[in-house]
Amino acid sequence: MISIASLVEWSIKSLVLITIILGGFAYLTLFERRTLARMQTRIGPNRAGPAGLLQPVADGIKLMFKEELIPDRADKVLFILAPIITVVPVLLLLAVIPLGPDIELFGQEISLGLASEIDVGLLFILAVASIAVYGIVIAGWSSYSKYSLLGGLRATAQMVSYELALGLAIVGPILLAGSMSVAEIVADQRSLWYVVLQPIGFLIFLIASVAEINRAPFDMPEAEQELTGGYLTEYSGMKFALFFMAEYGKMIAISFVTATVFLGGYWGPFVDRIGLLGPVYLFAKVVALLFFIIWIRATLPRLRYDRLMAFGWKVLLPVGLLNVVITGGLIVVLDL
Amino acid sequence: MTVEFAIFLSLAAVAVGASIAMLVSRNAVYSALFLVIVLFAIAVLFLLLSAAFIAMVQVAIYAGAIMVLFLFVIMLLGTENVESEPSHPWQFATALVLSFGLIIQFLIVANGLPGESGGDFGEVAEGFGSPAGIGTLLFEEYLIPFEVTSLLLLAAMVGAIVLTRWERSK
Repeated sequence: MISIASLVEWSIKSLVLITIILGGFAYLTLFERRTLARMQTRIGPNRAGPAGLLQPVADGIKLMFKEELIPDRADKVLFILAPIITVVPVLLLLAVIPLGPDIELFGQEISLGLASEIDVGLLFILAVASIAVYGIVIAGWSSYSKYSLLGGLRATAQMVSYELALGLAIVGPILLAGSMSVAEIVADQRSLWYVVLQPIGFLIFLIASVAEINRAPFDMPEAEQELTGGYLTEYSGMKFALFFMAEYGKMIAISFVTATVFLGGYWGPFVDRIGLLGPVYLFAKVVALLFFIIWIRATLPRLRYDRLMAFGWKVLLPVGLLNVVITGGLIVVLDL
Repeated sequence: MTVEFAIFLSLAAVAVGASIAMLVSRNAVYSALFLVIVLFAIAVLFLLLSAAFIAMVQVAIYAGAIMVLFLFVIMLLGTENVESEPSHPWQFATALVLSFGLIIQFLIVANGLPGESGGDFGEVAEGFGSPAGIGTLLFEEYLIPFEVTSLLLLAAMVGAIVLTRWERSK
């Protein structure tokens, strides 16, 4: 039977995880705009509040007062549901990430994570990532616009293709840790991060995850120059804001996953003595990864669509398979 | 009534309702989305049976890959509203007989044949349904069927590629 105390504990943890995504979303937009501006020798938004810190608030208020248009021939029900369906998987992803080691609080042992011990944690991440495409597909189809539909089609093909590489890249860490539980994968990286043992797997995971969240240079479903915004074309106001929340939330979530699976999670100097340092290290790693994602957006031009598919199927997939074979072979031979 | 039973009942209602909606819906996109809801409901049922691995695989593969491809094809071909074929009178009779047979079979499995006691499925073993448990079963006890299945799938894949190549060169 579920006790009231654990229900309260789960509710608080869920609230914290959702706050990380929602608050992170607001300030990630500012972080991205300021960083991009620096890289392009501009200044970026710096008027609202000190150093532009109130810019997300201003953006939010603006979007709330915008007129919400629904195209005349759109499928109204699905058109309204699509932004909601897009946001939900993003909020779920953090549930299996341990934010730190177990700590003492109010005389109780508390684990810093919602469900990081479940033995299908990595599968949960893959499953949630794979259903994230539905919101985009539904948005593309229900808008009754050819640009939206093309964006939706591109998103489906791209996300299904890169999911395979993503899954294969995760097999390496699973083999090394001998478990699919995220908590055990982190615990196993205490002395050595998996990025050292799995450099190819890490690269594949990084590329495939950027493609999976439709960020530049893989932002074909939105491609404003050719598709005028793809599946986003017909959306305005808060519905548009929800899609943006999903996109930035996905960036944050996937950075958490990458940091946890390959970059040692919450481990860093003195974490074993002061447990509360764990979340700090994890946060630093996540910010570094977010900076990397923004950096490549400023650096790399968008891929052509056929090359994107060819790269996914003819390069990433075979290399990922080879990586699994080599890792498995080495583990058997070296008896790791 | 326990919490588990209440969850089961509501999930079963969702699954059955969505299946009926899938059959009745005139729009292929809606049908596909209703099928996704059914798959989700059944995935949570697997979770209730503490088969977390199968639940996750169900979501990742059926909902996350196969149904996405279904939607892709429906949208690509623009066949959302296809006129349905006229139904044959014998279809209804066949469906009736088959579903009646299925119910009888289910009752026999649950209650046993007249004169013997059934419904005793024993305790679930420790670690049943866990990734490690399923892996051990697949790669030790059922190794040959597993390998044969993978060969079959490979043959189907090669076949699909050969068929599309032939069409392109023509």
